Amino acid sequence: MEKILEVNDLHVSFDTFAGEVKAVRGVNFHLNKGETLAIVGESGSGKSVTSKAVMGLIPNPPGRIKQGEIKFGDRDLAQLPEKEMQKIRGSEISMIFQDPMTSLNPTMTIGKQIMEGLIKHQNMSNSEAKERAIELLKLVGIPNAEGRVTEYPHQFSGGMRQRVVIAIALACNPRVLIADEPTTALDVTIQAQILELLNDLQEKMGTSIIFITHDLGVVANIADRVAVMYAGKIVETGTVDEIFYNPQHPYTWGLLGSMPSLDSTDEELIAIPGSPPDLLDPPKGDAFAPRNPYAMQIDTEMEPPLFKVSDTHYAATWLLHEKAPKVEPPAAIKKRMQGMAPDEPIIGAKDGGKHV
Amino acid sequence: MSNQEKLLEIKNLKQHFKVGKGTVKAVDGLTFDIYKGETFGLVGESGCGKSTTGRTIIRLYNATDGEVIFNGEDVHGKKSAKELKKFNRKMQMIFQDPYASLNPRMTVSDIIAEGIDIHGLASSKQARMDKVHELLETVGLNKEHANRYPHEFSGGQRQRIGIARALAVDPEFIIADEPISALDVSIQAQVVNLMKKLQREKGLTYLFIAHDLSMVKYISDRIGVMYRGEIVELAESEELYRNPLHPYTQSLLSAIPLPDPEYERSRRRKIYDPEKHLTENGEKRVLREVTEGHWIACTEEEFNQLKVTV
Ligand SMILES: Nc1ncnc2c1ncn2[C@@H]1O[C@H](COP(=O)(O)OP(=O)(O)OP(=O)(O)O)[C@@H](O)[C@H]1O
Ligand SMILES: Nc1ncnc2c1ncn2[C@@H]1O[C@H](COP(=O)(O)OP(=O)(O)OP(=O)(O)O)[C@@H](O)[C@H]1O
Ligand code: SF4
Ligand SMILES: [Mg+2]
Ligand SMILES: [Mg+2]
Repeated sequence: MEKILEVNDLHVSFDTFAGEVKAVRGVNFHLNKGETLAIVGESGSGKSVTSKAVMGLIPNPPGRIKQGEIKFGDRDLAQLPEKEMQKIRGSEISMIFQDPMTSLNPTMTIGKQIMEGLIKHQNMSNSEAKERAIELLKLVGIPNAEGRVTEYPHQFSGGMRQRVVIAIALACNPRVLIADEPTTALDVTIQAQILELLNDLQEKMGTSIIFITHDLGVVANIADRVAVMYAGKIVETGTVDEIFYNPQHPYTWGLLGSMPSLDSTDEELIAIPGSPPDLLDPPKGDAFAPRNPYAMQIDTEMEPPLFKVSDTHYAATWLLHEKAPKVEPPAAIKKRMQGMAPDEPIIGAKDGGKHV
Repeated sequence: MSNQEKLLEIKNLKQHFKVGKGTVKAVDGLTFDIYKGETFGLVGESGCGKSTTGRTIIRLYNATDGEVIFNGEDVHGKKSAKELKKFNRKMQMIFQDPYASLNPRMTVSDIIAEGIDIHGLASSKQARMDKVHELLETVGLNKEHANRYPHEFSGGQRQRIGIARALAVDPEFIIADEPISALDVSIQAQVVNLMKKLQREKGLTYLFIAHDLSMVKYISDRIGVMYRGEIVELAESEELYRNPLHPYTQSLLSAIPLPDPEYERSRRRKIYDPEKHLTENGEKRVLREVTEGHWIACTEEEFNQLKVTV
């Protein structure tokens, strides 16, 4: 498989009054051509900072890339001057930001906002750009696109605005699309439309997607591979099936355990105790150890390396060390690993057409 | 279910907003009961009127029409300030945004004790402090947190502070408007577990508003599905998920992605077309009870058909 993006040993810090916040502490991952990689993890674990680093959008000061490379083709984006980065941003790599409602300009028509990138990056004329803008609005499923290009954001509903944001991100046919929680604020129906849209576009254009979310249902729907982040590091990575059906890291177990399965109501949700570590002063050893019921002596002393589970599956936990005691995940989580969908299919259509 | 004690009766509740020259019928004729000790879930798409319902029940808005009866008394009919105050104590609200809903310039203990002060529930400074400490403990925080400010806490912790504030006045009924939407999954589980525990221990009744359907199913005893200001289906949660009858409910359920890749690969979504469904014939759909406790908005004809098929 062709790697389109490769991040090696990335460190990003913010210098604040309280000291250096080590937001990203040695992240490694790659993105294959045409695949969707989901990045999941607790709030504050460094998902957005990682993706902003790829886009060259870490505000400096206070932020800086301390170390590491971001390989895109033969270029290292971590070293690229801002001028060069501007050419890539929005044309070869695009981003949908976490806060869609604020990423549109309220005083500019929808059409103009889509045309901006086309004129800047693709040297299109005004009329060419307008035509393409209409085409894009159609692509993202906005009805009556010809009429609506001249409207303003406030005339669109939340879901439609989010589609416009996607249209802008897709305008120049980027090779990589980074979507930072693009559906978190939306309700399920609109979320479903947007996931279908992204899947569709990927099929048509072969776009590679990094999809950041903390909704594991969305991950199961959209991802080919998953990277689980904790306290500025990737602690487990694998194919979507490996992560859901054979998770190895106790934090990944914790994530699965916090989701209710639609099947039963009696079981208690297994909340991960405690709160995330202070990134001003990350703990020695494994950062998850204080919250991990399986932590061993070594965890408070030495950080675990990534252990290989399969060619595509790695996890950073001492539990995988050959000398570690054999630990089974809790029963409730083992049950979830068998699949969380209810035994009896949910009925979508009463005509007997269960949507399974 | 029907012989359970009703804590809240909502009758033909309407909330219409004047916007420019027009009116937005945010809530348009809701009728349902909430039983003592249960969790009633309210779901539906963005803008269907869930928050407005909650806010009207607790009287943040005056209702355009209809009644809210709490423990046999009409909430909206109440006049005297004293009576209002008494009622305010019994009903509390937890808000969606744990960041915006706490005053950043107040310490945690002052935030939590605000209700205690208003209602004069503490006889001395010491009693007030004890109560605050007890509440902090109840929600899984500790005494040391009392003198800190909201910005020093994570989202999940702030939501706990919001819950402690609501509990401070010993309410019977809590309206939780998307209390976990802004939190990530692991923290959501902490807050949901806490709410369930408090319900068991204090016999609280909840109105739980959310758009995360799997969490709503998990926490609710009964669920009402709202669409464009009206309830279109209402049933016990297990029944609603096993046997959704309204096409809008079916579309909502079929749209939930579940954390199970294999299932996701084969899931098909059912799409609801209101233009088609609602204009099939001109008759207004009203809530009718198809099987015991399972209500659906339908026409007379649809009702007769459903009774045969169910
Ligand atoms: N401008 C900044 N100054 C100081 N610290 C920052 C800044 N931006 C991010 N951080 C810190 O970096 C860490 C990682 O933040 P990031 O936004 O990447 O989290 P995230 O995983 O995207 O979380 P969420 O799910 O809440 O979006 C956090 O501890 C955050 O406080
Ligand atoms: N104070 C107000 N003035 C005018 N219109 C309002 C007001 N509050 C709500 N509305 C309108 O009433 C309708 C219902 O809004 P409401 O906030 O109750 O929806 P909701 O179901 O809570 O949605 P969400 O899931 O997005 O929170 C919307 O069309 C909204 O724009
Ligand atoms: S390395 Fe240790 S603390 Fe970390 S996840 Fe594994 S067992 Fe837990
Ligand atoms: Mg983020
Ligand atoms: Mg709302």
